Amino acid sequence: MSKSSAHAAIEAVARDSYGRLIAYLASRAGDVAGAEDALSDAFAAALERWPTDGVPQKPEAWLLRVARNRMIDVTRRRQVRENHEKSFLQLADEAEGLAATNEHFPDERLKLLFVCAHPAIDPAARTPLMLQTVLGIDAARIASAFLVSPAAMSQRLVRAKNKIRDAAIPFRVPEPPELEERVWFVLDGIYSAYTTGWESLTEVGSTHHALAADAIAIGRTLVQLMPSEPEARGLLALMLHCEARSAARYASNGEFVPLDQQDSALWSRPMMDEAENHLRSAAAFKRMGRYQLEAAIQSIHANRAVSGIINWPEIALLYEGLAQIAPGIGSLVGRAVAIAQAGNPAEGFAALEEIPASRVATYQPYWAARGHLLKMLNQKSEAQEAFTRAASLTDDPALRDYLSSECQRMHESAGSSPLQLAERRSNYEDLETQVSCAKYRSPQSVRCSIKPKADFANVDFESGRSRRQSSRGSIRARWLALQGERPGPDSPAFLNRPRASLVVHGAVQSGRESR
Amino acid sequence: MKYAMLVYQSQETFDRRDDAAIAAGRAYGEALQAAGVFVGGAGLDSPQAATTVSLRDGKRRVHDGPYVETKEFLGGFGIIDVPNLDTALEWVARHPAAAHSSIEIRPLMGFYFPGGANKASQ
Repeated sequence: MSKSSAHAAIEAVARDSYGRLIAYLASRAGDVAGAEDALSDAFAAALERWPTDGVPQKPEAWLLRVARNRMIDVTRRRQVRENHEKSFLQLADEAEGLAATNEHFPDERLKLLFVCAHPAIDPAARTPLMLQTVLGIDAARIASAFLVSPAAMSQRLVRAKNKIRDAAIPFRVPEPPELEERVWFVLDGIYSAYTTGWESLTEVGSTHHALAADAIAIGRTLVQLMPSEPEARGLLALMLHCEARSAARYASNGEFVPLDQQDSALWSRPMMDEAENHLRSAAAFKRMGRYQLEAAIQSIHANRAVSGIINWPEIALLYEGLAQIAPGIGSLVGRAVAIAQAGNPAEGFAALEEIPASRVATYQPYWAARGHLLKMLNQKSEAQEAFTRAASLTDDPALRDYLSSECQRMHESAGSSPLQLAERRSNYEDLETQVSCAKYRSPQSVRCSIKPKADFANVDFESGRSRRQSSRGSIRARWLALQGERPGPDSPAFLNRPRASLVVHGAVQSGRESR
Repeated sequence: MKYAMLVYQSQETFDRRDDAAIAAGRAYGEALQAAGVFVGGAGLDSPQAATTVSLRDGKRRVHDGPYVETKEFLGGFGIIDVPNLDTALEWVARHPAAAHSSIEIRPLMGFYFPGGANKASQ
């Protein structure tokens, strides 16, 4: 056996089975960090042995056996809890069994995903934890995608893994009714990875494509693991629709291209088709949810590639549904824009006016939408004011240029296309609040205090002391959701990225608060 | 796994304690016992009844009142023995004080009190 073919075999196992191996070991031991250490020792042993002994017939079983021996050693040395000793012995038996039979080892990745997105885990650690354990992405790369220092990211991950072990967070797939809420955390964690990918789109040395692709990979895994969860398919469809447009989002000169002006020939047909397939399968379950609605809105935009038109009345209808499921500021703004685009600008503007002023002060998509609607209503000076305000709320140079040019065009008043921007940017999150951002692009300096109208805190009992910090996670995610456009201004930069500094107070009796 | 449930309450909540609240607490304790998960615990009297003791340089210091004056005080504690955090969370959610107070749930180290927890120090 040549050295290179042994190495190739090891790489193949690491690439194809890493997440499954970790999930299997961690779920038996209740310890993610221990599983990672043991598996990395097992890979080291393979590097040593396989070139001389040959690649074992069942490489995964070989690795599991070595890893489990390693874990038992460590456990004995540490005298870890007795109930884990038991699971180790069970693990040992199973590992022997796997080597002896033809059975493939059980896929525990779904349990692992639920652990990563457990409400007892720091929201800022959930997505990185998923990326690291399920896909094996190293902490340094995750850190760069989340714009935090590698040291801070690994500390965050270590803390989360210790919590899993020390608090004994169980590796299990929750049962209804808990399941619905817990699935939401998982979906949110995955979508957050995707939208974090967006963030670095225009940055040099962008990790965008890698992270967006990783998020889609986990999304596909989730669909495979939960084939009858329509929201998992909705999420995948949403990500695929957004990703399909990545080539059309900016002009070759770096200029921002609004969704409805993008060259649909640049959109990826295979991704759009895959998205549509998932959306159709999801619909068969007749259980509508937020991600399906968001994906459906994207699907209508995607349909422009075929029909050449955008069916605004249908989009308005979907927003109506979204506003009912998730009446956040984003869906309210999106709804207003869609109504206007569907031919009722006055009605759309009235809907916009109904949103309380306190919620929109720093909400850029609102101001862009307002500008467009006023423009449609031919109220030029008010429109200009709104565009100026919107431009001053964005940190994205391309978008700022675009908004400023919209403002300019008000002078020239050559009937340019309305509203795209607002539509695109409309779908934020439920945030009410003061957000004071020192500088969006430098997360270290960002401090925000965000108060969502409702929250999925878990065991959170009103009254202060140990009130949990909880975040609906991918706030920007949702924002991005409908429009499939690049995050803008008051965007994710502050909402999503520096989640460590994002304090969300959710006063919830238990579970989901009625919103 | 043994977990401590630590109930934090405001002074107002302490002041509002009535027979109904005490009865609810007792019923909860009985439910824990019936399920076989109860290790120990009790509600605590008001922080005004507290005395704090420390030993510094070999000298005993005693002062009136709780350790720190905060908005919320430890109002009660319970120790339960359950398989994992999710089960512990289910029990915590049933605690009558959960509706108005915050309950912290933390695994026991079991290091100082042999048999106190399954887990030895690491």
